[in-house]
Amino acid sequence: MHMHQPYRVKHYSVFAAGKDHDYWHEPDWYARNNNQRVLEKVADKSYRPMLATLEKCLNMYPEFKFSLSVTGVLLEQISDWAPDVLETLKRVVATGRVEIVAETYYHSLAFFYDRDEFEAQVRMHQDKIREMFGVECRVFRNTELSYNNDLAKWAQDFGFKGILAEGWDKILEWRSPNFVYRPEGCDNIRLLLKNYRLSDDIAFRFSDKKWKEWPLTVDKYIQWLETDTLRGGLLNLFMDFETFGEHQWEDTGVFEFFEHLMFRWDRDQENRFLTVSEACDSEEPKSEISMPWTVTWADTERDLSAWLGNSMQHEAMRAVYGVKDGVLASGDLGLINDWRRLQTSDHVYYMCTKYFNDGDVHAYFSAYDSPYDAFMYYMNVMRDVQFRIG
Amino acid sequence: MKILMLGWELPPHNSGGLGVACINLSKALAKAGADIDFVVPYEAEHGINHMRVLAATRIDPLFRYGGSAYESKRIQEKLFKIFTEEEMMSIRDIQRCYCEFVERYLMEFKPDFVHAHDWLTYEAGVLAKKNFGIPLVAHVHATEYDRSGMNGGNPVVHEIERAGLVAADRIIAVSNITKNIIVEKYGIPADKIDVAYNGLDMSYIDEDYDYDGSNYRYLEGLRKKGWTVVSTVGRFTLQKGLTHMIRAAARAVSKHPKMLFLFAGDGEQKDELLQLSADLGIANNVLFTGFIRGKQVRDVYAASDIFVMSSVSEPFGLTALEAAHHGNALVITKQSGVGEVLRNIMRYDFWDEDKLANALVGIAESTALRESLSDGVAHEYRNISWDDIAKKCMQVYDEARKHKRNVF
Repeated sequence: MHMHQPYRVKHYSVFAAGKDHDYWHEPDWYARNNNQRVLEKVADKSYRPMLATLEKCLNMYPEFKFSLSVTGVLLEQISDWAPDVLETLKRVVATGRVEIVAETYYHSLAFFYDRDEFEAQVRMHQDKIREMFGVECRVFRNTELSYNNDLAKWAQDFGFKGILAEGWDKILEWRSPNFVYRPEGCDNIRLLLKNYRLSDDIAFRFSDKKWKEWPLTVDKYIQWLETDTLRGGLLNLFMDFETFGEHQWEDTGVFEFFEHLMFRWDRDQENRFLTVSEACDSEEPKSEISMPWTVTWADTERDLSAWLGNSMQHEAMRAVYGVKDGVLASGDLGLINDWRRLQTSDHVYYMCTKYFNDGDVHAYFSAYDSPYDAFMYYMNVMRDVQFRIG
Repeated sequence: MKILMLGWELPPHNSGGLGVACINLSKALAKAGADIDFVVPYEAEHGINHMRVLAATRIDPLFRYGGSAYESKRIQEKLFKIFTEEEMMSIRDIQRCYCEFVERYLMEFKPDFVHAHDWLTYEAGVLAKKNFGIPLVAHVHATEYDRSGMNGGNPVVHEIERAGLVAADRIIAVSNITKNIIVEKYGIPADKIDVAYNGLDMSYIDEDYDYDGSNYRYLEGLRKKGWTVVSTVGRFTLQKGLTHMIRAAARAVSKHPKMLFLFAGDGEQKDELLQLSADLGIANNVLFTGFIRGKQVRDVYAASDIFVMSSVSEPFGLTALEAAHHGNALVITKQSGVGEVLRNIMRYDFWDEDKLANALVGIAESTALRESLSDGVAHEYRNISWDDIAKKCMQVYDEARKHKRNVF
C-alpha cells in the first residue's frame, strides 16, 4: 500500500516573487491546496481508521503481513499535523511484519530527468526510513509505479533485491503477473508485477454501482483470488493507502470488507501473506520481462501522459531541473528543500489537460481551479527560486 | 408553429450581443419549422428572409434606446444638437408605441407563443398574455442587475422585469449565473426557468475572412518585436468591469512592459478609462478603437493574443466564443456565463486584479500556457450549436403550453 501527499503550492502571485519565499502555506483554510487541511482530512478519513484495521489484523492473525511505501514528504506532514499517525506507523512497523518499500523521498520523476538527483532522493528516503523506523528498504518502487529496463538495471546496481511494476497486458501478453520475473539483462534483481485486475476491483470499482459485480462481497472476491491462483500463486495487490476511506468511503463498507477478507484468507491453511521481499525470495524467476519504454500504473494508457503529456508540464519540468546547479551551489538548505518539493510529481499532474478535453471531469482531481492556474502558480514560484539563486 | 418574437434590435442595427443572439436563435428555430414574426421598435432594412421583421414605429434605428447610455458622450452631444430633449423620444415613449403595435397585431393574428427578449419588450409580452391569453416565454439575456454592475439599477426597469418574469409561463436564462439572479433578485421559482446558452453563429465560422493586418499595422509591428496584445470587446459601461481591467493592466505592465491593451468599443465610461490609464502611467500601453463592428471586430481578435472578459456580471458573453474562434487565449471572470460552457480558460473574480495581472503575465511569458489555452478552447467552442439551443427552446414552448398559467 502506498502513502503519499504532496506539498501543494499556494496561490502564489507573480508579484510575490522576490519577496515571499514561503510557497506552501495557503492562507485560505478551506482552499483545496491547503496542505494541512488536506492532510488532516485524509488522516481522519483514511490513515487512522485503516491503520487501526491493519493493526487489528496484525494482532489477530500472527501470519498477517503487508508492505508499505510511504514518501518522505508524507512523513514530514504527518510529523507536523498528525503525529499520532506516525506513532501508529512506528508501532506496526515494529511488529516486524510490515516491510517499507524504497522510493524517492519527494515522489518525483527525477529518474527521467537527472540520475544523480534521483539517486540522492532515494538515499534521502532510505535515511529517513532508517531514522524513523530503524529498518532497511530492500525493494524499490518508483513514482506512480513507473518502470523501464533502465530503472531495473539501476535498482540492481544500487543493491535492491526487488522492484515493482505494473502487470500490464500489453507487456505480459499471454504471461501471468502471478509469478516472480527477472528484468531484462538483470541477474540479481527480481521483478514483481501488480495484478491490476484484482487490485483495481478494490481500489477503483469497489463502490461503483454501475459495475456489474457490485456489490463486491468477500465471498465473491475470495473466489476470484482462488481462481486467479490457477495462473500462478503469487497475487500482488498494490494500491493507494487512501483507497481505504478516501477513494472508497467508510460508508461503502470497505474497512469491513478488508478485515473480513484478511480473516478469510488467514483461515485457509493453504494461503499465506508475504511482504515484497519475501515474495522476491518465494520462487525462482519464471522468465525475463522487458519493458523498453516506461510503463506506469496510471490510466488506460499506463504511461506518464498525465504527468508529462502537454507543453506546460514539459516547461515546468524543464524549469525545475534547469536550475539544479544553481540551487545546489547556493548551499541554502531551505532553498534546496523547496526546490526538491517542487519536483513532486503531483505538481505537473495538476497541469494535466487530457481528462479536461475528454470531458471526463470526474477523472480529474486537482487542488486548483484549472490546469492553467496550477501552471501559473507553479511558474510564479519558479521565478522566486530563480531570484533566490541570484 | 407560429411565434411572435419581441425584440429590440437585429443586425446590422445592433449595438451588442442581443441582436446577434436574436438573429441566430430565430434562424435555428425557423430551420426547425417555426414561423416567426419578429417585432423591432424601429424601421429599417435587415435583409432577412427566414422570418417576417415588423417595425413597431417609424423611427430610425439610431434612436431606439432614446439615444442615451449606449453611445459615448461625443455621439450623445451630436444627437442633442439635432434634437432638443423634448423633441427626442424617451425610451418609455418608444415602449408605449411598441405595445400599441403589438396590440394591433394581436387583433389580427393569433400566434401560438409570444417569445419576449429582455425587459424592453416584457410589457408588450405581458399585454399579449393578459389580454389575448397567449403563452408567454420570457428570454433573459441580461437583467437590470447586470447592466448596473450589480448595484440594483433603475427601479422602474427592475419592476418591469419583475412583472414580466412573474407573468411569463416559462423563462429562458442564458446561463446559470442569470438563472440565479432571476431566482435571488426577482423571487422567481427556479423550476420555472430553463437555461439555454448562446452559441457562435455558424456562418461566423464559415464566413470568408482574411486577416490582412491592414487595420492594425502598428500592433503587428509590436507583436513582431515580442509584444503581447491583450484585447477586450464591448460597451464601456459599469457592467463590464473595465476599471478593474485597467488597474490589472497597470500591474501586469509593471512586471511585463511589452504588453499592449486594445479596448474595442465605445460607451459612457470611455473618458474615465482613458483618464485612469493615464493616471496609472500606462497610457502608452492602451489603445481605444471607438465603436466597431463586423470585420473590424474580427481584426481585433486576429491582432490579439489574449482576450479578456472583465465583466462584473455577464449573462453570457458571446464575444468570448468569437475570440476563441480567432485563436485567442481567454481570461474570463467567474461572473461571466460563457465560463459555464468553456473549461480551457483562465477564470478570476472580477475584483481580483491581482489574479488577472498574474494570468496576463503568465500567458505573456509562456508560449506553452498561451498555446495550451488557445488550442484547448478551440476544441470546445464549436460544440455549442444553435440547433441544440433551438431544440431546447422548442421544449420550453412545449412546457409553456402545458403549464400555461391563467391566474392574475
